[in-house]
Amino acid sequence: MSKKNPEYDFKWCPGCGDFGVRRALEFAMIDRLEETGLPIENNVVVAGIGCSGNLVHLLEGSQPYGFHGIHGRSLPISMGVKMGRPDLNVVVVAGDGDFLSIGGEHIAPQAARNLNICAVVMDNGVYGLTKGQSSPTTKLGVVTSSTPFGKMENEADPLELYLTMGVSFIASGFSGNPRQLAGLIKEGMNHQGFSMVHVQSPCVTYNDTYELLKGKPKEGIEPLVWDIPEDHKPNDKAAAYNLIQKRGLPIGVIYKDESRPSLDQRIEDIWGKAKEQTPQQLIDAYEF
Amino acid sequence: MQMRDFVVRFAGEGGQGVVTSAEGLAQASTQVGYHALTYATFPSQIMGGPTWTQARISDEPILSAGDDVDVLVAFNREAYETHASEVREGGVIIYNSDDKEFENFAPTDGSKSFGLPIDELARSTGNNRSANMVVMGALAHLVNMPQEYLDDFVDERFSRGRSNDAEIISSNKQAMSLGRNHTSDSGLTLGDLAPPKKPENKQLMIKGNDALCLGAVAAGLNFYIGYPISPATTILIWMERNLVGPGKFAYQVSSEIESITGLLGGGFAGRKAMTATAGPGFSLMSEGLGLAWMSEIPLVVVDVQRGGPATGLPTKTEQSDLFSCMYPAHGDVKLPVIAVGTVEEAFQGAIWALNWAERYQGPVILMTEMAIAERVQNIAKPDLSEFKIENRKVYEGNNGYHRYEGFELSPMPIPGGPGAYVANGSEHDEMGDTTHLPERHIQMTERRFSKLKLLEDGFYESENTDSSIAVMSWGGSKGPSQEAYAQLREQGMDISWYYTMFLNPLPPQLLEELRNKDLVIVPELNYQGQFSSILRSENVKAKSITQYTGLPFKVRHLVQKISEMAQASEKATVKS
Repeated sequence: MSKKNPEYDFKWCPGCGDFGVRRALEFAMIDRLEETGLPIENNVVVAGIGCSGNLVHLLEGSQPYGFHGIHGRSLPISMGVKMGRPDLNVVVVAGDGDFLSIGGEHIAPQAARNLNICAVVMDNGVYGLTKGQSSPTTKLGVVTSSTPFGKMENEADPLELYLTMGVSFIASGFSGNPRQLAGLIKEGMNHQGFSMVHVQSPCVTYNDTYELLKGKPKEGIEPLVWDIPEDHKPNDKAAAYNLIQKRGLPIGVIYKDESRPSLDQRIEDIWGKAKEQTPQQLIDAYEF
Repeated sequence: MQMRDFVVRFAGEGGQGVVTSAEGLAQASTQVGYHALTYATFPSQIMGGPTWTQARISDEPILSAGDDVDVLVAFNREAYETHASEVREGGVIIYNSDDKEFENFAPTDGSKSFGLPIDELARSTGNNRSANMVVMGALAHLVNMPQEYLDDFVDERFSRGRSNDAEIISSNKQAMSLGRNHTSDSGLTLGDLAPPKKPENKQLMIKGNDALCLGAVAAGLNFYIGYPISPATTILIWMERNLVGPGKFAYQVSSEIESITGLLGGGFAGRKAMTATAGPGFSLMSEGLGLAWMSEIPLVVVDVQRGGPATGLPTKTEQSDLFSCMYPAHGDVKLPVIAVGTVEEAFQGAIWALNWAERYQGPVILMTEMAIAERVQNIAKPDLSEFKIENRKVYEGNNGYHRYEGFELSPMPIPGGPGAYVANGSEHDEMGDTTHLPERHIQMTERRFSKLKLLEDGFYESENTDSSIAVMSWGGSKGPSQEAYAQLREQGMDISWYYTMFLNPLPPQLLEELRNKDLVIVPELNYQGQFSSILRSENVKAKSITQYTGLPFKVRHLVQKISEMAQASEKATVKS
């Protein structure tokens, strides 16, 4: 939405982490425009369902294309867009419920294909839009509207999940630092393959984790988030794994494997193996 | 006795050459100018398992697989026991007497069964792979087909520019003679097949699913995503082999949910996108199809029907997905549906489906069925210059465009170009932003339905239209219904014939004509009478002849049923 649309009545709660993610994505797209000269219409934002997916309508300024589809299917939609037009920059925006629960089945195949898109997941550990049910990243035992006696499942560890599924670029970010996050998203966009930018984006209404994430240094409470040290080698899978096991949430690029071809490159590679024929030639082959 | 056509059924174990024998016979016959059609059931296991294929050979174009079996070729004992009863009075059964199951075998119907030592005769030519030719020689004798036809076929087929061509041709011809002579010694014969009337047009020998693929690429298909499922898998395989090169994409994904949502992305990005599936996969695509309707994305989904529901009968034929195809998703949705009834129509239908999708900017369902998908038939070679290919109207103005403005179809912006918008599965305003206003939901709902009016150009067949009673089948029941109609007309019955592959929207003129009938009889392969039910909702006095055996209609059955229903209707009319 380039200017206020009176008919559009969705609002994020004041203080929602998703505001910061929106800023970061806008920064990243504008940077890309300035660097490549490609117009903003060269970007496609594919959104999941939930508070986070509404980001696609709330982008300010010059408008990219958007696809606000159905619950859980942002990844395969983005695959269609990218493989239909490999020249486009395709970004997925989705929440932890949409991406990791109903959409969970689509992560591993995209990782195996190394689909060249960037997925930005806004993790708030709760289903916000449906008013506070437990999500895959809600902690074990937490009472929510759908877990009156405490959550019965162990929480997912998304970063570890992405690493074991073979995602070729994994970054971890925090909505409280949009500039830093923009850098991670941009690096993800530039990565030739499947890039995941997993963002802590707190829900102020149902699961306010700002204090936990930022800590209270004055009171001696350590923040959960910490910047990945500069000497970390993202191409070292074991190092990436060790980083994830450490206490709290590392912020930065965790893993990056640039050796694998992306799906669009793999498709180009088979062109030489097959004989391209016109419809007429294909028909002629059945003549007797 | 002169014969116009004959049906041979090959039955045995998967891997015994059942399908290749039938297709070989069909090829040999078409090569010399006959028409041929095969009807196959394939086993639902990888290796072995009972299977059969039949070929119908005729001197004129063939409409159905044929009611009766004139000759059964039984490769094993089980096949003999299962299919012997389907051989018509006066028909012949050839069984492979070299198969050890037939040791000490004494057929109870002695006169019409005889053992042919297929393997031994083939071996004696020095070419073990000539067993098919032994059988073909036997069949040629039964219908008195001139040897030179078969010789021509062998020359053609085995002249492959290899050093041993002559040797192979000679052993195959020898195998044929051995089969022929051996059968001649048995004293069995069926009659004289009428000489072929070579079709004037160039012909293709092609499987239904392949014809559909050709139609799709002829219409400019450049984006295909699929997931393996019988009987649609052959379309995926064809596309992966042939839809290659710059600007083309054919790809197997991890589920039908990925197929349909991937297709949505491709259609949105400007591609002509298609997938093919069968019942279970189609059910998984439900939500995605609703999204395509809502966000106005052109794409085509092919449903190759098999028996349902759930896993149902994966390798049998049925026409029970019509409701699902027309109303695949929740909410106010009614998708355009084209249902093909023949191999030629599989080619044409694919072109129409892609054209319609591009024209009205939305999803189109192309229905076919197992019995057409797997059928190999000779068809007139299509002339591409006769088909108009349509492309969507693309928006070429400036940014700030309202993609969903008004009730009319609006040009579609393509990512990368001007007119960025949000394709939205939520109810949306003209720029694609989510809205909840009642007046907007009214406008957008009406907009989506009004676009169907752009698709009222489908054609239809009609004959003897003055009668108050009509037969109108759909899809693959067209062939048997048409044969039944022809027989009834020959018997002097006054009855009309209607047929169209455009089931939604129905051609308005056709609907008008149908509404004027006292009775429209609809042969269809499902329990509920799905098409007649849809016709009744359109104020047509329609009644179904249903069948849900997993097999196609027999013409004889339809002739009897249609007569009964027509008579009952006439009596009712007289009374009132």
